[in-house]
Amino acid sequence: MSTISRDEVAHLAKLARLAVTEEELDLFAGQLDVILDAVAKVSEVATDDVPPTSHAVPLTNVFREDEVRPGLTQDEALSGAPAAEDGRFRVPRILGEEQ
Amino acid sequence: MTEVTRMTAAELAAKIHAGELSAVEVTQAHLDRIAKVDDQVRAFLHVDAEGALETARKVDEDIAAGRPPASPLAGVPLALKDVLTTKGVPTTCGSKTLEGWIPPYDSTVRRKLREADVVVLGKTNMDEFAMGSSTENSAFGPTHNPWDTTRVPGGSGGGSAASLAAFEAPLAIGTDTGGSIRQPAAVTGTVGVKPTYGSVSRYGLVAFSSSLDQAGPCARTVLDAALLHEIIAGHDPLDSTSIDAPVPPVVAAAKQGLDGDLSGVRVGVVKEFQGEGYQPGVLRSFEAAVQQLRDLGAEIVEVSCPHFVYALPAYYLINPSECSSNLARFDAMRYGLRVGDDGTRSAEEVMALSREAGFGAEVKRRIMIGTYALSAGYYDAYYGSAQKVRTLIIRDFESAYEKVDVLVSPTTPTTAFKLGERVDDPMAMYRADLCTIPANLAGNAALSVPSGLSDDDGLPVGLQVMAPALADDRMYRVAAAYEKARDAATGRGVLDQIPEL
Repeated sequence: MSTISRDEVAHLAKLARLAVTEEELDLFAGQLDVILDAVAKVSEVATDDVPPTSHAVPLTNVFREDEVRPGLTQDEALSGAPAAEDGRFRVPRILGEEQ
Repeated sequence: MTEVTRMTAAELAAKIHAGELSAVEVTQAHLDRIAKVDDQVRAFLHVDAEGALETARKVDEDIAAGRPPASPLAGVPLALKDVLTTKGVPTTCGSKTLEGWIPPYDSTVRRKLREADVVVLGKTNMDEFAMGSSTENSAFGPTHNPWDTTRVPGGSGGGSAASLAAFEAPLAIGTDTGGSIRQPAAVTGTVGVKPTYGSVSRYGLVAFSSSLDQAGPCARTVLDAALLHEIIAGHDPLDSTSIDAPVPPVVAAAKQGLDGDLSGVRVGVVKEFQGEGYQPGVLRSFEAAVQQLRDLGAEIVEVSCPHFVYALPAYYLINPSECSSNLARFDAMRYGLRVGDDGTRSAEEVMALSREAGFGAEVKRRIMIGTYALSAGYYDAYYGSAQKVRTLIIRDFESAYEKVDVLVSPTTPTTAFKLGERVDDPMAMYRADLCTIPANLAGNAALSVPSGLSDDDGLPVGLQVMAPALADDRMYRVAAAYEKARDAATGRGVLDQIPEL
């Protein structure tokens, strides 16, 4: 039985902001199905009494003094931007046609 | 005298610091070697000859003026994986998304190498954003294994490992999320170390799976890896997961191992990592390595880690989940590729078109798997279960380390496979990391040291040695002792047997 349909893959691609092609949908639907089937094996041993681990090293909050220290200059911060204008990132319009 | 490019990092450093060789001539010899063979290997995405020679000149000036070298590896060349940012030098992560990006800052690893006067030759090829086990997912074409250029060099750090085996560099830096240092080391006959999670700063390491990513040293000998380990490791306030504890004495441990005595050391053989699915020549090489450890005085115990077989499925949920979140940063607004910005499209449309054009198939697959695993309705069954498996794997390690000091297994189930062989079968590709993943999930230290050549295809095999968190020194001692015994038994080093390119 299939774990994931072609339509679901199209929905995932939309959520993940990937403008995938029709051919990719065909390819990925089959591949993701095989992968998800294989990884579903984890549920065999993941019983209720096992606590989850999100991180191998126990984490505690890390603090530092709230002191000004040098960061990137404006030019450096913009140096990799696809488009910049007046010392700022230039972005496409935020609202699409349907909004 | 041995050819400069064949010397170990320790030998080169000794000769440079004694004034017998200049850092400039050593650097130039490696640049010449790259110019000669890299069209066959394609280990490098970018060679920074000018930057390398500048560092080398500084080292030579220090030595001429009688100033002490900045570090035990000052003047020694190194190849840096292209996932670590380098100020003023391109950093692509093997992706079209970052093609041409010149970072405005250095990663902490790069800063430490700079302060140690290690000569960075350039940036090495890798699977896109470190996702892959063959370096075939690089947007700039695959790296070829120097042992047989029709085969993969492993991945994701295939460029770093291949640069060592091709004698283009005596040292390299890799990053290991599920095996990306150790698996390429195994299939290229080189040494690769994943230090304890949190011991090498992730600042400036372009994030893929943050709870697993760890940079580490790659070299042709265990001692060289240890020397590099001590330069790049240490607490860094810029990485909130950096461990604030002293770096384990790995150089001293490697030197102790070279004494050739492992009596009193308990070595556990992982029962689950042998048998079906393993290449017979790999298993024979592994068994011979275990016998050599026994001959060195180690006590060998078989250990069962029953949940290790669930590590691969758990990893391919946790890793894509973190990946889908981390790679959301590539939104075509602040850096990286932007396409379709023609004035009519919205930011969201430009974002989706740019990500479609900038990412390769494997990156897209993982982003979608992660998006799925983190979705409401599926979260508990997939991501939640995978996190529970992570607990079970940590418990397996804890109970094993009550009985033994280190664990051993083959590093990979097979030797290097052919280019193209697994590109259409993601699960077959993923299985290359079967034995390396548990150490990432638990945050432990692990390394791969060559255990000679497989008797069925003549290709290198790796012995994996795993140690508890912050006990990295133990595995260096065992690996160094083994390495020396291995060469004494055959009368030559593993890389002495590599065919000429």
